[in-house]
Amino acid sequence: MANTISIILLILLGLSLVYVLVRTLKGNPIGRRIVFLYVAIAAAIPLFMDLEVPLPITTDVRNLYDALEKLPDGSKVMAAFDYDPPSAPELQPMAVAFMKYAFKRDFKIIIMGLWPQGPIQANMAIDEAMQDPEIAAKNLQYGVDYVNLGFQSGNEFVIQSMGTAFKTMFPKDYRTTPYDSIPLMRNIVNFSNIDFVMNFSSGEPGTIQWVQIAVDRFGSVLGAGNTAVQAPQVYPYLRAGQMVGLLGGMSGAAEFEKITAEKGKASTFILSQMIAHAIVIILILIGNVAYFSEKRKKK
Amino acid sequence: MRREIPLIITTVTGLVFAISYFIPHMPFGNSENIFGEWISIVQAFAIWLGVLNLVKVSIDKILSKKGDAYYSYIVIISLGIMLIVGFWDGLSGLYADPPYPVIDDSTSFYWIFKNIYTPLTSTMFAMLAFFVASASYRAFRARNFQATLLLIAGFFVMGGRVPLFDLMISGITDVPVFSHFADWIMTYPNTAGQRAIMIGIALGIMSSSLRIILGIERSHIGGKS
Repeated sequence: MANTISIILLILLGLSLVYVLVRTLKGNPIGRRIVFLYVAIAAAIPLFMDLEVPLPITTDVRNLYDALEKLPDGSKVMAAFDYDPPSAPELQPMAVAFMKYAFKRDFKIIIMGLWPQGPIQANMAIDEAMQDPEIAAKNLQYGVDYVNLGFQSGNEFVIQSMGTAFKTMFPKDYRTTPYDSIPLMRNIVNFSNIDFVMNFSSGEPGTIQWVQIAVDRFGSVLGAGNTAVQAPQVYPYLRAGQMVGLLGGMSGAAEFEKITAEKGKASTFILSQMIAHAIVIILILIGNVAYFSEKRKKK
Repeated sequence: MRREIPLIITTVTGLVFAISYFIPHMPFGNSENIFGEWISIVQAFAIWLGVLNLVKVSIDKILSKKGDAYYSYIVIISLGIMLIVGFWDGLSGLYADPPYPVIDDSTSFYWIFKNIYTPLTSTMFAMLAFFVASASYRAFRARNFQATLLLIAGFFVMGGRVPLFDLMISGITDVPVFSHFADWIMTYPNTAGQRAIMIGIALGIMSSSLRIILGIERSHIGGKS
């Protein structure tokens, strides 16, 4: 029922754009508040729909997944959370999907953040992942199966110092447990003891610094999840083989949820994003049609 | 000496970082780590400096009694609340048995972060979508060749990064043509452009760094270059 009503509303929304086109052609464009309303409706309605979008898996997401699949169960994986709440709508779904996948594979997760809010975002992702019955049944232990080392200031220099010893930058975890007292960290000195680094980033310091230091200097294997705005900037590193894969924006998150069969928020949000993109594209086209029509009239 | 000491520190640290990249052994590797720790400490102080600056700017605005001074009241009050709650929770957790961190999900600090800070900042960021849509409708025109190129690329990336266009042609073919095309744009033209920008920036950084290390550029210590 909700699907039918939502689809009818979207069709009405689409038809109303014809009126917008006519108005714009007459030299009377709609105000920005009306544009805001269109975007709000386009983004909100799909949230009530339960439709599965046929999402193709892009090469970058597949490569990341393949690299993770190649890791043996129980591998030691570092998850660096370098973002804050404004970017959470895009990055949190991929972080949750990653945590679910990692816990199900019995990966040992070492969390840290170069952004102060990063480790909190990590805790939120863990809490959400723990609600999965399969993961809850594993009875995972903090300090044994996963650990949150917390935030450390110093940007890329933190990564650089970690190349010698993690302990120099993180003498204690976020719960103030000394590094040597954490069972998971007992045999981990530096990046040479880590099988995979996954970075969730929305800016700097973030993926670029992880590539330049952890990958180039210390030979880590890196995968990343970035906001749609940041993703284009890391493509040169991806193409150079310095990263094994990339989850870019909401679509990257939704693709990762699909490929790992961990359906989450991104699978719902992608529909909202798709309709919002459609509205923006139509509005741009209307604007341009009006522009050329006016130009022709002037001639 | 007020100038010479900062210049010596800059030169020594700059050289150590540059050399240690190629010779990561004693004494350069060690020195690099020590300087790395110093940077971490200095940056931690910089956060406090930022907070103090924010307080100063906000108090100045309140004292000037301008129309938007009430925003500054909100900043000061919010900052005060977060500081008090943070210190209270932090100290309580430190002396509790067993101790718990300030970002533990039982603390008031975490509650405020999750239920107030997160939705507010996410909303602010999400508002960009509305402004982008409005600006695109009013100003994104194919006025010249470059703008047309940008428009076409934007059109295909927007429609191809989400399964919008592929859904529209799903009756004709199952191959995600538009997704592949958006991928192609990101992989080749985008990467080429990004590389050009990155190489340009890197060359600029290198020349600026050399000027600073050699003491030619002194603006960072309040002097003229």
